[in-house]
Amino acid sequence: MLVITCPFCGPRSEREFAHGGAVSSARPDPARVGDAAWVDHLTVVSNPLGPVHERWWHARGCGAWLTIWRDTRTHDIVGGPDVR
Amino acid sequence: MSGENRLPAGGRIDRSRKVSFQFNGRTYHGYEGDTLASALIANGVSVTARSFKYHRPRGIVGSGVEEPASLVELEGADASGNQPITTVRIRNGLRVRSVNCWPSPQFDLGAVNQLFASLIPAGFYYKTFKWPDWQLFEPTIRRAAGLASAPSAPPPHGHFETRNAHADVLIAGAGPAGLIAALAAGRAGARVFLADEGPEPGGSLLNRNLVIAGRPATDWVGEVSRELAAMDNVVHLQNATVWAYREHNLLIVNERAPAHETVLERNWQVRARQVICATGAIERPMVFINNDRPGAMLASAAQAYVNRYAALPGRRAVVFTNNDSAYSAAADMKAAGIDIAAIIDSRDCVPAGIGRQVPGIKILKGHVVTAAKGYRRVRSVTVSARNGGASQSIQCDLLAHSGGWNPAVHLFSQSRGTLRYDDAIAGFVPDAPAQSTHSAGAAAGLMALNEALASGARAGHQAASLAGFDADIVEIPDAHEEPYAIEPLWRVEAPGPRGKAFLDIQNDVTVDDIHLAMREGYATVEHVKRYTTGGMGIDQGKTGNINIIGAVAARKGARMQDIGTTTFRSPYTPVSFGAIAGLREGGVHLPYRHTPVTAWNQTNGAVMYEAGARWQRPGYFPCEGEGFQDTVNRECRAVRERVGVYDGSPLGTFELKGRDVGRFLDFIYTNVMSSLQVGNGRYGIMLSDDGLILDDGVAFRVGEYRWIVSTSTGNADAMHQHMERIAQVERPQWEVMITNVTSQWNNATVCGPRARAVVEALGTDIDLSPEAFAFMALRDGTVAGLPARVARVSFTGELSFEINVAPRHMRKLWDAVMEVGAPFGIEPVGSEANHVLRVEKGFLSLGHEVDGTADPHDLGMSWVMSRKKADFMGKRSVALRRAGGAARRELVGLLPVDPNTPIPEGAPLTPKGRREATEGLVTACVWSVANSRWVALALLKDGHSRQGETAYARLKDRVIPVTVTAPVFYDPSGELLRS
Repeated sequence: MLVITCPFCGPRSEREFAHGGAVSSARPDPARVGDAAWVDHLTVVSNPLGPVHERWWHARGCGAWLTIWRDTRTHDIVGGPDVR
Repeated sequence: MSGENRLPAGGRIDRSRKVSFQFNGRTYHGYEGDTLASALIANGVSVTARSFKYHRPRGIVGSGVEEPASLVELEGADASGNQPITTVRIRNGLRVRSVNCWPSPQFDLGAVNQLFASLIPAGFYYKTFKWPDWQLFEPTIRRAAGLASAPSAPPPHGHFETRNAHADVLIAGAGPAGLIAALAAGRAGARVFLADEGPEPGGSLLNRNLVIAGRPATDWVGEVSRELAAMDNVVHLQNATVWAYREHNLLIVNERAPAHETVLERNWQVRARQVICATGAIERPMVFINNDRPGAMLASAAQAYVNRYAALPGRRAVVFTNNDSAYSAAADMKAAGIDIAAIIDSRDCVPAGIGRQVPGIKILKGHVVTAAKGYRRVRSVTVSARNGGASQSIQCDLLAHSGGWNPAVHLFSQSRGTLRYDDAIAGFVPDAPAQSTHSAGAAAGLMALNEALASGARAGHQAASLAGFDADIVEIPDAHEEPYAIEPLWRVEAPGPRGKAFLDIQNDVTVDDIHLAMREGYATVEHVKRYTTGGMGIDQGKTGNINIIGAVAARKGARMQDIGTTTFRSPYTPVSFGAIAGLREGGVHLPYRHTPVTAWNQTNGAVMYEAGARWQRPGYFPCEGEGFQDTVNRECRAVRERVGVYDGSPLGTFELKGRDVGRFLDFIYTNVMSSLQVGNGRYGIMLSDDGLILDDGVAFRVGEYRWIVSTSTGNADAMHQHMERIAQVERPQWEVMITNVTSQWNNATVCGPRARAVVEALGTDIDLSPEAFAFMALRDGTVAGLPARVARVSFTGELSFEINVAPRHMRKLWDAVMEVGAPFGIEPVGSEANHVLRVEKGFLSLGHEVDGTADPHDLGMSWVMSRKKADFMGKRSVALRRAGGAARRELVGLLPVDPNTPIPEGAPLTPKGRREATEGLVTACVWSVANSRWVALALLKDGHSRQGETAYARLKDRVIPVTVTAPVFYDPSGELLRS
C-alpha cells in the first residue's frame, strides 16, 4: 500500500488512486506513423528493473492525473509527482 | 487432579482459577495462564501428535509460535484448525483434537505409513507425474495430505474488525529491547505503537530467571508496562502479532484478544515513520537420529515450562548443546527438581563462567548425542565423542537440546532489508535496512540481556529523534549476562546408528531428503525448499530453516553466507481470514446502489438483479401464478402494443463543459459530434486507441459549450477514467471540464405506441408533437409539475420519452406515471423484457455482441465510422486490424429452423455442425413476442454475405440448424421510434 503524493492533495494512501500504466511514448500522428511503430506505441510497455515513470489517477480525491517515478524493485517513489 | 508433573509453587499461572478442558476426548485440568502445551505436560501427556507423512509419534518441542511438532484443531464455537499446541490458552469447556491422526495420537492407524517410508521420500509425488498417470494417485495423496478441517460457519458470538493507525515509532516485540525502546520513544513524546505476540509483555524474560537492577526481571517488566500505560501517546497491545511489513513502512498487526465484548479479532494497518524490530530470537534444535521423539524438546522450552508454567517436562534429563545458553536451562531444570544426567557439549572447550552455572552436573565436552532411543517417549540416548569412538547409553526421559539461536529477522527481511551471516553467533543478522527500520536486541544478533537493553534504548532514542522527537537517552538499568558463545554443529555425523535425523519436523524432512534433493540437481536453497517442502509448513521453518541451510552448506563444502536464506514472506504467523476481512463482507464489502424506485419495486414484487457497477435493477415483475417466460412475454407485449415504463436511472451520465468539448467528443467518438445542434442528441460509439469498442451511448448538446454524455450502466466509472485521461493527459491544451452527474439525474422512460399520450396526460408545457419534438431531440420543461429534461431516445425500438428529473422528485414522477398510465394499460418493465426488445431490434449490448473482438464494421455499423474526420481514437487501429484481409466475424440474425427451439446464449456455431473449430457464436437468443418464435443474434464468419444460408449451432448433445438473416426482427426501417 503505497503513499502517493498528489500534487494538489498531498500524500495520500494508494487506495485513493487508480493505476494508469507506465508512461509510454507520446501518441504519434496516426496519419504519418508506420504500422509497426503504431503497434509498438500501443503494445510495448516500459517494464524496467528500477525507476518506472507511471501514471496514477486520483479517482477518490481531486480527480487529477499525475505521474511519479517508482522503483520497481523497492516501491520507493524516487521522482515526481508531476501533473499529467 | 491438575497434574502429576506440576510443581507445588511458582510459575505465572493463577492457581486459584482451575480450568478443565478436553484433549482428544479426555478431560484434563490446568490453571488460568496455562497453554494447552503446559497443561498437558503438567498432566504427564507425552504423545500429542503424529507427524505429517510418516505418522511418527510426536510430543511438544517448543514453548511458543516456533512449535513445529504438535498442531491442534479447536472445536465448537471457537472452531479453528492448525493451531500450534503451545499458543492455545486453555479455558473452561475448551475442546481440542490433534490433527493428522486417527483415532488418537497414542494409537494411530496412519502409522502404517512408516512401513512404506522408503517409497515416500521427499518429492515422491513428483515422480507420479511421469508414470503411469498421476491422476490415479491424486485422490489418495490429497486425502493423506492436509491437516485439520476448516470451520463450517463463522463464529456466532462476535465479529472481526479492521482499523487504520499512524505512528511515529512502531515497535514489534515487548521483550527487554522493545520495552526499553518504547520507554525511550514514549518519554520523548513520540506516538508509539508497541505490539507483542504474547499474552503479557516481557518476551524471553518470562521464561528465565534473570535479574535487572538487582530485582527479578519480571518486576522491571511490570514497572515499565505501568509507565507505558500511563502515557497517552503510547498504544501497547499484547496478543498482537506484527505479521507483515510492507512498502512505505506499512505494517499489519493482528490483535487477537481485544478487550471488547463482541470484537473477536482486530487487524491494524499501521503507517509508521520509524520501525523498530525487537522480535527476539528463536532457538534451533540439534540434528541427530530420532531427534523428533516425544521427550526431545528445545532447551529453552524445557526452561520455559519449569519457570513460567511450573510444569516438569520430564524427571531425568540429558542436555545436548553446542552453545552456552543451554546451561542456564539446565540450572533452572535442576532447581525445579529434574535430575540432569549429563550435559553433552559438542565443543571441546566450555567457557569457565558457563560451567559455574551448573555446579555438580556432569559435563561431557567434545561429545555428541548420536541417537535418541524410544518410540512413544525418549528412554535413553547414545553418546560418543564427536570424532568417533566408543559410545555409551544414558537413560533419560527428557532430552533438552540447543543448536543455537536464530535472530527473528522475518519482519526486517519482509521490508527488503538485507541479511549477513554473523560467525560469532552462527546466525543471520540484519545488515542494511531498505526502509526506516532499526533492529534491537536478539533480533539484531545481540544475545545478552545487557546488550539487548542498551541497543533497545539506543534504537528507541534514534527512532524518536528521526521522527522529530528529541530527548535525553533513557537510563539503562543494570543487568549482567555471560556473553553468548557457540560453535555451530549443523548435524551429528554418526557412523553406526541408522535412522532419521529431522531438519523440518513439521513436514517430516530429514537430512537424507536434503541430500536426495541435491543429488537430483535441486541444490539452491529455494529449490531445496520446494522440492523437499522443508520450511513450507505452518511453522514456516522457524526452527528448521537455518539447519537446512547448514546441511546444504556442509554437503556442498560452502560457507553459510554463500548459501543464503530463502525469501521471508508474510504472514509471520497464521492470521485468520476473518481478521483480514474485518467488517468487509456481504453488503458492507460491496454495497449495492439503489434508485429512489427500489422501495416501489420491492412492494410490487420485482425480482431484483444486479446490473453493472453494483446497481440493483428489477429483472422482471411476476404476477401471481405466472411462469418466468409468461412474465417476460407479458411485459414485452405491453411495450409493443400499449405502453411500458422502466427506471433508466443507473445509466452513466456526464456533463461536459468548455470551449473545446465539441472537438473533444469528435476525438473520442467514432462519428462527428461537433455538428450537433443545441437541443439534439446523437448515438455514438467510443473505441479504445487499439480499435476495440469501449462503450456506446447517446450524447446531447444542451448549450453551445455544454453537453450531456451517457454511457452504459456498468461502464460508467471506466468511461469517466477514460475521458479524464484524454482530457488531462492527451489533450491538456483543450478546455474541457467533465462532471459525473450519474447520481444527479434519475429518469423514468415511457415507451410504446401510447407513450406520447401518457406524457400528455401527465401534464407538460413541452410540445410533444412529432413536428416540434423529433426523434433524438431534447427538451427542458415541466412534466407532472416537476422540472424535467425530456429526451426522445429509444432502447426498445418503440416511441419513447426519457423523463429526467432530480432524484428528490423521482418517486413522485414514478407514482404519477403509474397512476396516469393505468387507463392506457401501462406496465413496469424489467431488464429481461428490455433485453428481448432490444434483440428484436438488433441493438448492441456490451458483453453480448460487443465481445471484445468485433469492430463497428463487423456489427453492420460502418455508418458510425466517420470518413470525414482525420483522426479519432481507434481509427488507425481498426483499419490496421482489417488490413490483413482475414475473414471477420460479422453480426447476423439467426432463426432456428424449428421456431420453437431456443439456442443457449454463447453456443458455438461450427461448419455443418461438425466437431471443429468454431466459425461463430450466438450472442443472444430470445422468444420474440412480435414474431411468436425464437430469434437470435450471432457473430458469424463472413456473416454479411451468408444471408439465407443454413448455419449450425453445436451443443454438447445435439446440433441445431438455423437460417442466417439480417440482424433485425421488428420494424427494420425504424418507423416506430421516429413517430
